[in-house]
Amino acid sequence: MDIRLTLSLVILVLPLFGFAVQLILGKMKTPADYVVDPHENPAHDHGHHANTADAHTADHTQPAADAPHDAIGTVTHDIHTAHSDHHYDFVVTKQRGEWTPADQKRAYSLSWISTAIMGICLALALFVAYKTISDPGDATKPNYYPKVQASTTWMDFKDLSTSSIKQSYTVTLGILADNMAAIMLVVVTLISFLVHLFSSEYMREPSMHGGRFNRFYAFLGLFTFSMLGIVIANNLLMIYIFWELVGLSSYLLIGFWYERPAPQYANKKAFIVNRVGDIGMFTGIMILYTQLGTLELTKVFDMLAAGHIPFGSNPWLTAAGILLFCGAIGKSAQFPLNVWLPDAMEGPTPVSALIHAATMVAAGVYLTARIFPLLTGDAMLFVAAIGAATAIIAASIALVQTDLKKVLAFSTVSQLGYMVLALGVGAFSAGIFHLVTHAMFKACLFLGSGSVIHQMHHSLHHLHDHDRDPQDMRNMGGLRKKMPVTYLTMLIATLAISGIPLFSGYMSKDEILAGAWAFRNISPTFIANAVWIIGYTVAGMTAFYMFRMIFLTFWGEPKASDIYEHIHENPRVMVAPLIVLAILSLWIPFGANPLNPGGGWFLSTWVKTPINVTPAAVQPFAGMAHEVPHEAAPEAKPEGGKAEAMAPFQETIEHEVHHLHSTGIPGVASLPALLSLLVAGSGILLAFLLFGRAGAKGQQVSWEAPRGIRAFLFNRWYQDNLYEKIFPVGLTLLLMKMLAWFDQNVIDGIVNGVGSSTVLLARVTAGFDTYVVDGLVNLLGGTAQFLGLVMRQIQTGRIQTYVVYVILGVVVLFFAFR
Amino acid sequence: MTHIGLPHFLTISAILFALGIFGIVTKRNAVMLLMGIELVLNAANINFVAFSRYNVLGVPLSDSRMMVGQMASIFVIVLAACEAAVALAIVLNIYKRFNTINVDEVDNLRD
Amino acid sequence: MKLFPKVLGILVVLAAVGGFIAMDIPLYDKIFYIFAAICVGSGAFVVFSRNIAYSAFSLLFAFFGVAGIYVLLGADFVGVSQLLIYVGGILVLFLFGMMLTSNIDKLREERPTMGRLLPGVIVASAICALLISVAWGVPAWRKAAVQVPTKGTNTTSLIGNLLMGDYALLFVASSIAILVALVGAAMIARSDRLSPEDAAERM
Repeated sequence: MDIRLTLSLVILVLPLFGFAVQLILGKMKTPADYVVDPHENPAHDHGHHANTADAHTADHTQPAADAPHDAIGTVTHDIHTAHSDHHYDFVVTKQRGEWTPADQKRAYSLSWISTAIMGICLALALFVAYKTISDPGDATKPNYYPKVQASTTWMDFKDLSTSSIKQSYTVTLGILADNMAAIMLVVVTLISFLVHLFSSEYMREPSMHGGRFNRFYAFLGLFTFSMLGIVIANNLLMIYIFWELVGLSSYLLIGFWYERPAPQYANKKAFIVNRVGDIGMFTGIMILYTQLGTLELTKVFDMLAAGHIPFGSNPWLTAAGILLFCGAIGKSAQFPLNVWLPDAMEGPTPVSALIHAATMVAAGVYLTARIFPLLTGDAMLFVAAIGAATAIIAASIALVQTDLKKVLAFSTVSQLGYMVLALGVGAFSAGIFHLVTHAMFKACLFLGSGSVIHQMHHSLHHLHDHDRDPQDMRNMGGLRKKMPVTYLTMLIATLAISGIPLFSGYMSKDEILAGAWAFRNISPTFIANAVWIIGYTVAGMTAFYMFRMIFLTFWGEPKASDIYEHIHENPRVMVAPLIVLAILSLWIPFGANPLNPGGGWFLSTWVKTPINVTPAAVQPFAGMAHEVPHEAAPEAKPEGGKAEAMAPFQETIEHEVHHLHSTGIPGVASLPALLSLLVAGSGILLAFLLFGRAGAKGQQVSWEAPRGIRAFLFNRWYQDNLYEKIFPVGLTLLLMKMLAWFDQNVIDGIVNGVGSSTVLLARVTAGFDTYVVDGLVNLLGGTAQFLGLVMRQIQTGRIQTYVVYVILGVVVLFFAFR
Repeated sequence: MTHIGLPHFLTISAILFALGIFGIVTKRNAVMLLMGIELVLNAANINFVAFSRYNVLGVPLSDSRMMVGQMASIFVIVLAACEAAVALAIVLNIYKRFNTINVDEVDNLRD
Repeated sequence: MKLFPKVLGILVVLAAVGGFIAMDIPLYDKIFYIFAAICVGSGAFVVFSRNIAYSAFSLLFAFFGVAGIYVLLGADFVGVSQLLIYVGGILVLFLFGMMLTSNIDKLREERPTMGRLLPGVIVASAICALLISVAWGVPAWRKAAVQVPTKGTNTTSLIGNLLMGDYALLFVASSIAILVALVGAAMIARSDRLSPEDAAERM
């Protein structure tokens, strides 16, 4: 096997090893001051207000200097007597034993095994990426082929009689190495490594990890393992398996503080909402499998390119693509399944960083990129529309959030919408590019927010303040003087996400916007125009809400001076990951010229758009292809005319993007870039005017509940409430009513009819029964009773009696049959 | 020339078997019952070995077929050991629960 | 004058032994009768003695006699196994079982009632008569010749080969049975096992 594949497998297995080590060697005990937050009540809080702090658990701790040490169970119990649903904590505390400083020390040193493993994985991933990207690949094969892949047949069903393609149905397992996978390997291991590092400080307090420190690391390892599995899988089955593993591990991590109601609710929500998408994905996989007999991606693409489309009809192919994309809708939190991601903030902040930057949400985009060649034009339009809708909805919600992590969460959803939008408009490379850059700056932002929240939490803990929310930006302000490194790194990441030149976000976002523009130019439909406009609008909104966050958190006067006093910069192990990520948010890792993303090495060499394998009639721009080449690049395609109609769509869109890049000020800023810069700049300016400048109105703390449009946005367009009304309540109620009607009218009617005829029949039979049958039965019964009385004497219940019977029976049988 | 043949051994076996059965039927102590069972097992075992020693079919047998009886007896011994261990464990348990090993008093099966 | 019956008994026994030794029958037959007497005599003592400790010890002699019978039958390995397993293992088990479940001063059983004795006598004599009549009643058995393995009279190597060959599966299965029996016996006899009520209470 190729060294890259071998190393990929090693990278895949090492986190699993870490998982096992942490799980087996780690202890689960309950720290003395770990008490479930008794003020939370799942009945009235589903997340849209008073989102409890990351570090809230410890806020209600009563370390009980006055209470005797061994009475901890009683203390816990007393706190919860008013809340009967927390009684089990008492039992748990008692059963598991107490978390001692020795346990803490042991757990802490054990956790470094996982961190070291992730470091090794990162090094190996870098090597694999170097080897893969430097490999020119096989030019004779279609470009959706990975550089190298290896598969093994797991199951071979031979030729099924129902097969329409007359070939065997096989299930293969295999891994691949191509540029996209290699880059994702690096991104995932890097983010995971930094998160491991960050967590070693962030989760260190027993009040944070609740005696499950190693359990936390184990889950991080499992999460990384699952994501790496998706990255290197070369078939849809393995992707699906690891996909579900990602779902499981996110469930475990989001609900890490499972004693509190909000994470319980959040992880269930994430899991269930994801399952909705996964049903679609599974259906898509089944369509392909039943029709093509294989799940290996390259084979699927080969067969599609050879004309074996599912059921021989193009709409089925479109449906298969859209259904597979449904999985991505769930995992990447696209509209309409975008509701789970903000709630996933209930997990510890490093987990949020991992979910939002590298693993879970990236999986959806990655899957879409993997299945990209089989998306038809309609499917891609659907993808683009979903992405645009997600981007605008999430961005609008982020405008008014007051919770630091919520802003970032909605920003993630919005950026994911961007990536999906990019894939939908055919700007494949730009989408993957944005996935990578976004991973860096969003991880930086999340870890930065974790750093802030950590300090806020400590400060509140110090003040014994249990009512104020350490995540609420209305309690912050002016933090840049106290936490300069955190501020600077977060500022860099914010500039990156806003799309300011010299930062990575500018390069990737600009490419996406250029792609959307090109898409609109080629096929000026309503949706294409809407996607284009939304793309630019969201760019401005992103800049606005991100700088609003920066201004509210780090600028202005401290809004709560008592909290502010106890805040200081975090230790180095927490700050170092921030610095690394901030450096990676600059332009330099991705290209030499910050103003020309197309010329950077990422776009020009690393990730290429795979060719589309769908039939020519349903490819994107199938209707318009004949006229585009004349406009876009007539000199590049001298044949022109009819031959151009067969030009693959990605060439079309690449020409158009090149064309767009040559507009504006050539070599410095193209028209799309200038426009996005303008939009982002005005967003930042607006944010400064409203929140940043001294004495700005936005800096005044307002604890009033928002009204009007703000309430609409703050409550997430009432999407959650709507879903809650529709699915758990409305749909169930409707179903119940329908079933009740059916029950009353149909089933009851049948039952009543049967009943009355039965009564009639019964009357007739009753006579027969009373006189004839009963007589016989009584006769039999009497006989049986008599016999029973006799036989009862034999049945003594003693073994010896039975032995006697057996022996006598043998003797009798012997003489009977001799 | 010896006069001892197969029936002699079978007679010993029969007598032991009858003694075992007598013990099982008349004793009330569970341990005694088990001793009776062991006697019965030994009687059966003697039969096995005896039939393995004497050629009742009148045709020459191969070595391995000749040994069938002895093999069976070995497995009987082994399983008798298992049986004794489990049975005595049960007896101990009965003693703990009913504070007696008198089998007459342990007749819950009847009700 | 309790002494007299005892002396008489001893004399009778000595006379019987002397007569037996003087009898003009082959050595093999003599040895057979000795072991048969040991078997039957101690087997009878096992079931007729009312002292459980005496029963256990005479069971030892019964096993020993049976082992002798095995050796006489040319089954040396089985005989030795009998000695090792029965005398060395099972009997010790019985002694432990006896000691753990009885008061040492109440080892004597009460005299069996007639309603208990009668079925025993009937059944035992019936099965004994049946078996003996069959044993002597089949002509082929009476004139059956001794067969000796061609590989010699040492059965141990033969049995070893068979255990590893034809009987390998049975061998493994019986080993599993032993394991299960041991674990099960330990499990059943465990002293700290909770009764269902106690377990429910502790939950």
